[in-house]
Amino acid sequence: MAGTGTIRNVQGNHACALGAIAAGCRFFAGYPITPSSEVAERMARELPGVKGVFIQMEDEIASMGAVIGASLGGVKAMTATSGPGFSLMQENIGYAAQTETPCVIVNVMRGGPSTGMPTRPSQGDIMQARWGTHGDHPVIVLAPASVKEVYDEMIRAFGLAERLRVPVIVLFDEVIGHLLESVELAPPAPGALVGRKWAQGPGQSHRPGAAGDDMVPAMARPGDGYRAHTTGLTHDETGFPTQDPVAVDRFLRRLLGKIDHHRKSIESYETVAPDDAGIVVAAIGVTSRAARRAVKTARDEGIKAGLFRPITLWPFPTEPFLRAARRAKAVLVPEMNAGQMCLEIERICPDTVSVVSLGRIDGEPISPDEILAAIRKIGA
Amino acid sequence: MNVTSHISAEGFDVRDYLRLDLFPHFLCPGCGHGMALRALMWALHERGTSMDRLAVVCGIGCSGRLGAYIDANTFHVTHGRPLAFATGLALARPDLEVVVITGDGDCLAIGGNHLIHACRRNLNMTCLMLNNEVYGMTGGQVSPTTAEFRFTTTTPQGNHEPGFDACKLAEAAGAGFVGREATLQVPTLKDLIVEALDHDGFSFVEVISDCTEIYGRKNALGNSPEMILSQKAGMRPDSYGNKVDEPFRPNPFRTGVLARTDRPEYRVHNIGHRENLSEPRSRGLDDNG
Repeated sequence: MAGTGTIRNVQGNHACALGAIAAGCRFFAGYPITPSSEVAERMARELPGVKGVFIQMEDEIASMGAVIGASLGGVKAMTATSGPGFSLMQENIGYAAQTETPCVIVNVMRGGPSTGMPTRPSQGDIMQARWGTHGDHPVIVLAPASVKEVYDEMIRAFGLAERLRVPVIVLFDEVIGHLLESVELAPPAPGALVGRKWAQGPGQSHRPGAAGDDMVPAMARPGDGYRAHTTGLTHDETGFPTQDPVAVDRFLRRLLGKIDHHRKSIESYETVAPDDAGIVVAAIGVTSRAARRAVKTARDEGIKAGLFRPITLWPFPTEPFLRAARRAKAVLVPEMNAGQMCLEIERICPDTVSVVSLGRIDGEPISPDEILAAIRKIGA
Repeated sequence: MNVTSHISAEGFDVRDYLRLDLFPHFLCPGCGHGMALRALMWALHERGTSMDRLAVVCGIGCSGRLGAYIDANTFHVTHGRPLAFATGLALARPDLEVVVITGDGDCLAIGGNHLIHACRRNLNMTCLMLNNEVYGMTGGQVSPTTAEFRFTTTTPQGNHEPGFDACKLAEAAGAGFVGREATLQVPTLKDLIVEALDHDGFSFVEVISDCTEIYGRKNALGNSPEMILSQKAGMRPDSYGNKVDEPFRPNPFRTGVLARTDRPEYRVHNIGHRENLSEPRSRGLDDNG
């Protein structure tokens, strides 16, 4: 993706909107909320120029509903919000997962719980992004750490959502959302926008068809003659509800299994010095930027530190992480919450590795010095 | 007199419009919702609406289950949210005829906020609210339209809250078209739905329906035919001049077209929105354009 885009100085939230437009997003429904409102404002400005639709709905529940409605109609659609709005969206995010309706949900994280601290950064929604809606459900969560990466990950988010028919959540903190950086807004790479698979051809019945080897069924577009039924009730491949245990088990195992099946193409991460790292720092978002500085300083001091930065947060890139931490005696997990990603890392690390949480919940970003101090303490 | 023409269903067989492979349907014996469904199908038949171009969005509850029986593009969404989903669908696909089927609980309780804003926006779609005064699917709990003093499983001493007049609400919130009819008069209901579908803007139609098995039984309102015939006593068509005997329903209701405005439809001010956003399949949705 190099060489053809324009260079602009933009904030993360604007890059988010521009990435969505570049990805072909033509529908945005949202509700104002700090610190994500600039995404909506930018979309309201950009969409009419590309014959898209922007609508401000009455709340986040309606926003998510409208996004899914537009996507069911065949249009790439998204919303953007923050903690309290993200909570309201969970109901319909579950509907998108159950009905395999592609959509992108941006959550610019602020301090919680409840109204919390609207203007302060946080990474407190890591677990909610994965488990926020009820029941076992598939979801993909991407966690960009720079303005440029927000732009690129929005393009990737739409690609994954459309190709795998799954809701994709793009999760970044208030600092990234309001950070100004010069970035190249490159057009999507060829193949990055491989779209949705539509049911076509003869046999136009209620049945859009079962999933093939890729575990992703074709979607029936309204108006194409399939006259399909879409329901949040558990259904079989005909689209109609069922309570037959065999059909239900088959449906849900495919729904969950398609993420694992495509794991390799979903996973994305960055490592620093994974080959000899005795202490691996695992961090996302703005915290990973502080961690990068701390790791560099630690190495200058002779401590063999490394960095693992998940860009795909869920499914957590388990194997790449274990490879990066293969020589580690300790993993340090700095995050702006009381220890959420830390739980996942504890779960996947062998018992021989000590997992240390560095959680900060006072609304302040974690500084390189704090991380460096923790590295030194472990290293000592 | 064209009375016969408007009540005869010449050339109309409801079975042509239904997914008969899903029958028998799940509605209770005597439920009024089947008549509402018939009226809707009849109206669509009369207008010659293509079922391929028809999108029906339903909420949760007995009313929400009707969508599955309609042989069209049908969407059974989350509780109270069909108007929100329909808003996205209608904006993305102005080529579709969007009909929402909802109930009194779905539309006025959990979905009340979406209703008032859908009325205010006046986006072209038709909303049928089937009012049976009760949460039937969950076993008969009190709803926002349950008449005062009626018994439900959650009002064992009788309902002490006043009911909602959904049509007044819709009119006040700005709906372009507001009407009400009872399942007693299917041909009249059909005519009302035709008018609602023809209206360019947000059309709200309240259908007075009956829950005989749960609500009727609990309140000793008689059997199904008795309940339907009793609807008449509650009606206040303008022609009655409000001079009928004591109404059967504690909350008497006006029927017919109750409000119609020529407010511009939502998209009139959004010219760019009139185009179909969904690219033709031949070009594919994966184009960056």
